[in-house]
Amino acid sequence: MNTDRLRRRLGGLPIHILLLGLCALWLLPTLGLLVTSLRPFQVVTESGWWTALRPPPGAQVYATQCAECHGSNGAQLPEADLSDPALVGPYRRSIMLLGMLRDEIDGQPHMGGKPLPTPQEAADVVDYLRGLSGIETHSAFTFDNYIDALTGYRGTTNYRTDCAAGTQSVDLSCTLADLGNPRGMGRAFLNSLMVAVPSTILPILFAAFAAYAFAWMSFRGRIVLFALLVGLQVVPLQMTLIPISRLYADLGLTGTFLAVWLFHTGFGMPYAIYLLRNFLGGLPRELFESAYLDGASHWTAFYRLAIPLAVPAIASLAIFQFLWIWNDLLVALVFLGGQNPVLTYQISNMVTSLGSGWHLLTAAAFISMLLPMIIFLSLQRYFVRGLLAGSVKG
Amino acid sequence: MASVTYDHVTKKFGETTAINDLNIAIEDKEFLVLVGPSGCGKSTALRCLAGLEEITSGRILIGSRDVSNVAPKDRDIAMVFQSYALYPHMSVYDNMAFGLKLRKTPKSEIDRRVKQAAETLGIGHLLGRKPKQLSGGQRQRVAVGRAIVREPAVFLFDEPLSNLDAKLRVQTRAEISKLHQRLQTTFIYVTHDQVEAMTMASRIAVLKDGVLQQLDSPQNLYDLPTNVFVAGFIGSPAMNFFDARLNRGNGKLVVDAGTFSVTVPENKAGPYQPHAGQNVILGIRPEDIHDPNYSPPGIHQALVSARVEMTELMGNEVFLYLTTGDKNYTARVDPRSQARIGRDIQVAMNVDNMQLFDKGTELAIR
Repeated sequence: MNTDRLRRRLGGLPIHILLLGLCALWLLPTLGLLVTSLRPFQVVTESGWWTALRPPPGAQVYATQCAECHGSNGAQLPEADLSDPALVGPYRRSIMLLGMLRDEIDGQPHMGGKPLPTPQEAADVVDYLRGLSGIETHSAFTFDNYIDALTGYRGTTNYRTDCAAGTQSVDLSCTLADLGNPRGMGRAFLNSLMVAVPSTILPILFAAFAAYAFAWMSFRGRIVLFALLVGLQVVPLQMTLIPISRLYADLGLTGTFLAVWLFHTGFGMPYAIYLLRNFLGGLPRELFESAYLDGASHWTAFYRLAIPLAVPAIASLAIFQFLWIWNDLLVALVFLGGQNPVLTYQISNMVTSLGSGWHLLTAAAFISMLLPMIIFLSLQRYFVRGLLAGSVKG
Repeated sequence: MASVTYDHVTKKFGETTAINDLNIAIEDKEFLVLVGPSGCGKSTALRCLAGLEEITSGRILIGSRDVSNVAPKDRDIAMVFQSYALYPHMSVYDNMAFGLKLRKTPKSEIDRRVKQAAETLGIGHLLGRKPKQLSGGQRQRVAVGRAIVREPAVFLFDEPLSNLDAKLRVQTRAEISKLHQRLQTTFIYVTHDQVEAMTMASRIAVLKDGVLQQLDSPQNLYDLPTNVFVAGFIGSPAMNFFDARLNRGNGKLVVDAGTFSVTVPENKAGPYQPHAGQNVILGIRPEDIHDPNYSPPGIHQALVSARVEMTELMGNEVFLYLTTGDKNYTARVDPRSQARIGRDIQVAMNVDNMQLFDKGTELAIR
């Protein structure tokens, strides 16, 4: 019996290893993104996220080359106190440090018998000393990237530094109101919600009505109409961009939320109707007949019977539709553009106009991932059930 | 409380005719069972009455009201489905109360009726449960309860016992009969199970291919079937049929089945006289074929030799599968019978209970 259990354990091993591998495949890059987004922007471009917890490279150099005389806290020589910002401040670049190191002190080489540091080492030491003297705070992790992304900061340092120095750009006020800055991810997050929520609810609501009618009401041309609707699924969205933009321009809808709501509703409905009809059609006919005999009208049967029973299908449909709209760039770009920028639009802007703004991109990516992740994790069971909806009963 | 009348009802699905010119007058408080093989139109007939199918022509009356074009909910009927069709997301209480709520019955009245019905059916302790937490028998009771609380004029049952196991089916059968006694309402019950039909019905309507074959009390249906189909359908094992010829000899009528012949007793000969010299079908039920040693006294019997092909011991009786010539038939004999497989034996046919049918029309000769 014990060997049986052992064999079963071992038999499951390859599957478990495979699952662990798959999890790692997803988790590792995500973790990397998360760690990177929390690191100060100065180090993001210099070292990989996996080095985040290592001491800065300058510390190593300082310990071997300088600590002997200057002490580990830099304050051992009163005449050259490296913890004094006034002394360290002027040395901004490695070349300035190297020049100073080459100079003799009281006729002796500054470094004694030690070789001069390489330019890279010197740069690392400059960096380290600026941290040591308190000119810059070098914590390993910071929320600055998130603050910068949310407020739409576009400067060369970060939002907090600029605001502290009073050198922020004109579109920032350094108050909470900056979260509403049209260039920021905070505003874009709200815009994405404004787009995605109605664009999810509207098509599903209309599709539920249609699906009920197609499943349980008999009317002339029902099958033809249903086939036509199902066929509409093959129409590529791109094909309609131009005619619909022209239509919206004529109606004055361009750049409004209503425009995207209508567009997503139109393109979401064929699949939603198809899926919900198949789900409702799979429910036992007697259930509805019983309700009609009990005195239910079609309307009553719809909201007392069809809707409660279709909750799994509706939930999974809502998840899919929401995720697709949340991640959509094309439709938002064409119909909303910069007037009401959404998350994807802002992210794409960051890559193109700020090729060096990777630290902002990681934070922005995480902000835009937040909602889909919450939705996915909290509604997993509907997600899986929805994949099977229509193909397997119940 | 109402009578139900099918008046020349025809129902077509496209080209196929499901019900053909059905005429049944069901009296108030009657328990009518519609029975027939699958596809005979019995369920369709019920669904037409419920309003779930539109009839192609004819009229359906409940009481004196023509309901042919009345919506299902306004027909004052309640139906119990084979699958029970309980609302899966509602508790038992809500399932039973649903119809009353939609009809805007006062809350206290709903509560009273639901509790009373639940008490009668012994499901009072289940009111808070969901259907999926119930066993098959309990679900069936809830379905019946849902019909009862509505207090309809007519109850419809569409094979309500088919999904129950054999023991529960017998038990529930009796309960539905009791329910009918107590409620004193018209019951219309569809089944393919002739035992259900025989035990519960005050009258049985036998359907075949959408055509009503016979409408009569269970005993009459068994004793005096109008045609070969009804004779073969009612009774288990089914009646044996032999192709035969009705001959006159020695002033008596003799049914000559080729390999054997039986003499028609005097008291039955009357109606057969005009058919002398014609081809007929001889029908004898298995329970009317006896082992000669154990045949009941005082019957007219005809001895026939047969070979035993197979025996099935039931305990209280033995089924014999017999061959005479190339004709196979079944007998239901006393368990003490010594008949064994492969033996040639003599069996006694009780000619008092034999049926003769016209060969052409398959109608009973009476």
